[in-house]
Amino acid sequence: MAEREERRFAEVSRDSVKLMAESAGVEVGDEVAALLAEDVCYRLREAAQNSSQFMRHAKRRKLTVEDFNRALRWSNVEAVCGYGAQDALPFRPAKEGELFFVEDRDVNLVNLALATNIPNGCAETMVRVHVSYLDGKGNLEPQGTVPSAVQSLSEDLLKYYQQITRAILGEDPHLMKVALLDLQTNSKIAALLPYFVYVISGVKSVSHDLEQLNRLLHMVKSLVQNPYLYLGSYVRSLVSSVMYCILEPLAASINPLNDHWTLRDYAALLLSHIFWTHGDLVSGLYHQILLSLQKVLSDPVRPLCSHYGAVVGLHALGWKAVERVLYPHLPAYWANLQAVLDDYSVSNAQVKADGHKVYGAILVAVERLLKMKALSLSKPAEGGVGGQQGTAGGVLGFRESSPGLSPPPEPLSEAGLGIASHLQAGGAGCPWEDWTPVPLPAMYCELYSFFGDSLAVRFSTGPELEGCLPALPCQPADARKETVANAAAGLDNSRKMPQLTANLNISPRPDGSPHTEPPPPSLAKVAGSNPDPPRLQRRSSSSRPGQRSAGPSRDVFPKARFPPPQAGPPSFSFLIGGRQMGRRCQGRRFQTSFGPQPPLASLPPRAYAHKLPVIGRVSKPVRRWTCSHYSLHLPL
Amino acid sequence: MAAVQDGQVESDAEKETKPDASNDVAGNSSGGARSMSPNAASSASGAAKAAAPTGPGEQQTLLAVLQFLKRSKLLESVDILRREAGLSDELDESQTNDGAAAGSASLLRRVSVGGAAATNIAATTTSKGAEDQPDVSIVLSAYSQQGDPALYQVYYSGLKNFIESVLDCHRAELSQLFYPLFVHMYLELVYNNHEHEAKVFFEKFSGDQECYYRDDLRVLSGLTKKEHMKGNETLLDFRTSKFVLRISRDSYQLLKRHLQERQNNQIWLIIQEHLYIDIFDGMPRSKSQIDSMSGSLAGEARREANKAKVYYGLLKEPEIEVPLDDEDDEAENEEGKPKKKKPKKDNLGSKNKKQDPNAPQQNRIPLPELKDSDKLDKIMSMKEATKKIRLGPDTLPSICFYTFLNAYQGLTSVDVTDDSSLIAGGFADSTVRVWSVTPKKLRKVKSAADLNLIDKEADDVLERIMDEKTASESKILYGHSGPVYGISFSPDRNYLLSSSEDGTVRLWSLQTFTCLVGYKGHNYPVWDTQFSPYGYYFVSGGHDRIARLWATDHYQPLRMFAGHLADITCTHFHPNSNYVATGSADRTVRLWDVLNGNCVRIFSGHKGPIHSLAFSPNGKYVASGATDGRVLLWDIGHGLMIGELKGHTDTVYALKFSRDGEILASGSMDGTVRLWDALKAFDVETDDFTAATGHIHLPDNSQELLLGTYMTKSTPVIHLHFTRRNLLLAAGGYNSQ
Repeated sequence: MAEREERRFAEVSRDSVKLMAESAGVEVGDEVAALLAEDVCYRLREAAQNSSQFMRHAKRRKLTVEDFNRALRWSNVEAVCGYGAQDALPFRPAKEGELFFVEDRDVNLVNLALATNIPNGCAETMVRVHVSYLDGKGNLEPQGTVPSAVQSLSEDLLKYYQQITRAILGEDPHLMKVALLDLQTNSKIAALLPYFVYVISGVKSVSHDLEQLNRLLHMVKSLVQNPYLYLGSYVRSLVSSVMYCILEPLAASINPLNDHWTLRDYAALLLSHIFWTHGDLVSGLYHQILLSLQKVLSDPVRPLCSHYGAVVGLHALGWKAVERVLYPHLPAYWANLQAVLDDYSVSNAQVKADGHKVYGAILVAVERLLKMKALSLSKPAEGGVGGQQGTAGGVLGFRESSPGLSPPPEPLSEAGLGIASHLQAGGAGCPWEDWTPVPLPAMYCELYSFFGDSLAVRFSTGPELEGCLPALPCQPADARKETVANAAAGLDNSRKMPQLTANLNISPRPDGSPHTEPPPPSLAKVAGSNPDPPRLQRRSSSSRPGQRSAGPSRDVFPKARFPPPQAGPPSFSFLIGGRQMGRRCQGRRFQTSFGPQPPLASLPPRAYAHKLPVIGRVSKPVRRWTCSHYSLHLPL
Repeated sequence: MAAVQDGQVESDAEKETKPDASNDVAGNSSGGARSMSPNAASSASGAAKAAAPTGPGEQQTLLAVLQFLKRSKLLESVDILRREAGLSDELDESQTNDGAAAGSASLLRRVSVGGAAATNIAATTTSKGAEDQPDVSIVLSAYSQQGDPALYQVYYSGLKNFIESVLDCHRAELSQLFYPLFVHMYLELVYNNHEHEAKVFFEKFSGDQECYYRDDLRVLSGLTKKEHMKGNETLLDFRTSKFVLRISRDSYQLLKRHLQERQNNQIWLIIQEHLYIDIFDGMPRSKSQIDSMSGSLAGEARREANKAKVYYGLLKEPEIEVPLDDEDDEAENEEGKPKKKKPKKDNLGSKNKKQDPNAPQQNRIPLPELKDSDKLDKIMSMKEATKKIRLGPDTLPSICFYTFLNAYQGLTSVDVTDDSSLIAGGFADSTVRVWSVTPKKLRKVKSAADLNLIDKEADDVLERIMDEKTASESKILYGHSGPVYGISFSPDRNYLLSSSEDGTVRLWSLQTFTCLVGYKGHNYPVWDTQFSPYGYYFVSGGHDRIARLWATDHYQPLRMFAGHLADITCTHFHPNSNYVATGSADRTVRLWDVLNGNCVRIFSGHKGPIHSLAFSPNGKYVASGATDGRVLLWDIGHGLMIGELKGHTDTVYALKFSRDGEILASGSMDGTVRLWDALKAFDVETDDFTAATGHIHLPDNSQELLLGTYMTKSTPVIHLHFTRRNLLLAAGGYNSQ
């Protein structure tokens, strides 16, 4: 037996047999012991094989002592008694010597018999029925309800839950703040998570009350930011609640005085935050979100506020989402929007105002798309960094509002890239499978044909695009000052749309082919790529009277000129130029009737200007960080 | 555990004082010895044929039986058997000496094995001797043909090289030879005490075998001594049955030529002795075709085994006048008396279509008369049927799950009545528990004394006989002395059958909740039992490898279905009650004719023990589920596999077709219920060529057929049931571990 290299079975050794024989008072020789050992092994194997059928027929996976005993009994072998316990018996080694024994403590029968605490018998066997699947479609209980196996909550937790919900949904704003803060930091509320999720899923029943919706969203934010909570599959439920606020034509939207736009903005930001921080908990979440946003966007029957929600949702999810969903839908969607915007009848005023909101949101989204795409094109090595900046911008607001929680930027950017690459790998049946990236020039031309000079980002189109982006060198500090000044002045009606001016250094791409897959971000690479080929800086007048029917081949910016090559590290600075028109200028036009080009110096770039009329502004704390998120000023 | 059933041994039930478990032969105390029923004889001789197909072999078996009877002093039976078989005394005598020698030899063996029952040695020895005799003299002797043990490897690898070098089309077919040759050569080595060579041989070539033989190989690898070969069931199967291979004529010629050229007698001998090569003309089969059919313990079924005509059609429904139910459903329910029935114009409920051409004659099997209550029940069922949902890929059934809570003692089986009003569970602690799942509580009938006081002419006499005091939601039935592995309600809900590890099948009354009969005969664990769809008959099968057909009013079986090579793990009645399907641990499904006890279909293709069976409602198809997690679909008429449903990850313990047969539901240990598109699965054209040759080509479309997967909360699904309105009920015991 010793020479067997590979032991297929557990074996009883010769020594064990001898030991057993000795304890029974029999002397056995080596040869006999060896034979006996082998035979014992075989018998044991046979019994084990036979016992497995008892296990199979009892429909169990676990082989019990009882099964083995049955096999022994049917083989006319005495059963092994005393090991029928359900739990495994501890098998311990003795301290000295190679001795193993089963731990078997003495039971004091007297104590047991005289014990006053007679144990309860086990509960009666019973049958309970519940409808598991109705019409073969999923669980009857909707997602996110309190699990049916109700775990008993301690008195304290229950109290806490009641207090918190009362505070958040109650009247006192101060109390609410305290409750939200606690919800965000309390480490012992994991057991209450399903209950809170359930409360939040109540958004559907308070769609008439903006205030309540807002509070519920804050509750989501607090839960999401609580570092001690593992959200698990509840992410899905939270996301669906947030999506409800983004996309649904809320009852509160009927009254034009209700500022549901802000709610949608906030919800969209929240969505992106949940997604970037917890998206990995639920597989396919990104696709599902994109799908539902796309569905809303492509549904012309939906009211404009739903479309608005879809656009800001996509925007919040990052420029890749915009590129994938919004951009391909734009031609179809544009016709509808145009019809709304071109209708000057009085009865249409409200709808038209909504239309402008949507228009503005789209504009903001595509501008960032263009910018980020240009960034990723121009700096393949730094594309990751750029993307990171973009995504970091997405959560900037959260960082500001909650200094305690600062999601590390690296994983965020990784997540973004990971998902993007996953998208390209394509899940089966994924509608984006055949999606191919549109090269930047084509995209720009098409967008330009829609927005005309409203687009603040300027590129030259046509063959000489290579490496040249129009740029306006502007000093951020100056710009900000000017912004203030101009805002104070509140004039200049000639410019209707926000405007982005870019000061951008781009390494020329000789082949001109757009680089859609930036390699993963790597700081070393970035550093290494710094002293790369000479940067070209192009400058062009930031706008020109444009025609909306601009063809793709139109040469938009003929007046590009090359600035002297810079020796320093590449740097970007984007500034928004535009005019704040004020919230009440609802009849304002966005079309192409531009006035004469104002001189550069008089261009009032404002850090937040592009948000202007598009996204409703109110002086609430929420908005502050919302604004900062929309800042396109990228510090590098 | 040895339960060899080759020679049907008659033993007299009355003289058999105590069925001693240690007596190996007690497994055959069928009890029907004195009035030797013709069917038992037929199955006996059938089994004998399987063991020894030649004339002398059969005679030898008979002689062995005679010897045993003599030894057991069953002279009367000896006389009967001798008369029946027409054997002379001398022949018998001459044989006796051999038998004695064999007996003493086996005594030695028995001692060396170290059997515990020392007191029983004499009895055991004789029985062992008689039982083993045909094997020893015919089959095992083949193993004694000595070749040079060192050459075995050379032979095997020579054949391996040859098979690997032949054309692709032949290679797949000839590769089938590997496994049986490997096993027999290994056994020969072990039998001739070449332990070391056997080990080397095993290690060298066991890796080449198909993965689905893994379990058998594990058993085989444990076996290294000649002494161990006795009493090992797997080995007995190999010795007593020929491994069946289907090979095209071209491939066979190729093999034959090769072996003759090489003078490879050893292999040629094994092929001659232990294999049955079913030669067919035409194209060799592909690897996937072979793989789909192989996997059973004894190879594929012989083609002629599946040629018998099977009347798979349904019986004509009895003419029952169905009351018009639309107008006054409520009133109808309250009246509930058959005499109030209105004359009925034909509607969808009445089955006045003409006889199905494939159906058996109405009286092929005598069936019990319908009672009034049965008719009432039929009417109810038809009414329900009109409200049933038509299922399909787009309209899936709702699923209700019955969870057995606090079943610490271990839930082993579940059954639900056809009208879904009662659910019963068999438990490992030997109890059977019945629950009412409707508000109607379970009540016992009053005691005899109280019954005397009842006015027997009263209209509500059926109500009055029930004892209100005993009403409860559930009842516990005590009586078994081992886990209850099988359970089945009678169609009229008056009886319940349970089969247990203690070797008995018990019939319980659901009126009095007492045990009525204990059917003894299996003497080994009875894994499954089921009532016929028409009541009265039931079938049971267990560890002794014999399925038995019983009638409730006979304490002896009416038929014994012998032929499986391993435990019968599940039994199922055909909807027309003329056939019985049995699934076995030998990885085959067999279909038996209730009328004459013949095996009419053998379905091979499963790669693990079969644990669930279901007939389609139209009787044309049968589905079977095994431990490998696959569900196979079989066409009974053609005797062919027509589908394979892959998806489950553990043993399939429950299968059920929806009432109209559009959906097949399968429940498994992996805690899921899966729904399959049965209509699409059965939508295969069987052309004449396939039907004639039996060469199937399975589409791999499990994913298309899978309509849904439904998870439970860590509860294995062990029973499935469609209500009359096509609501799917699933049941299982919650397992907190």
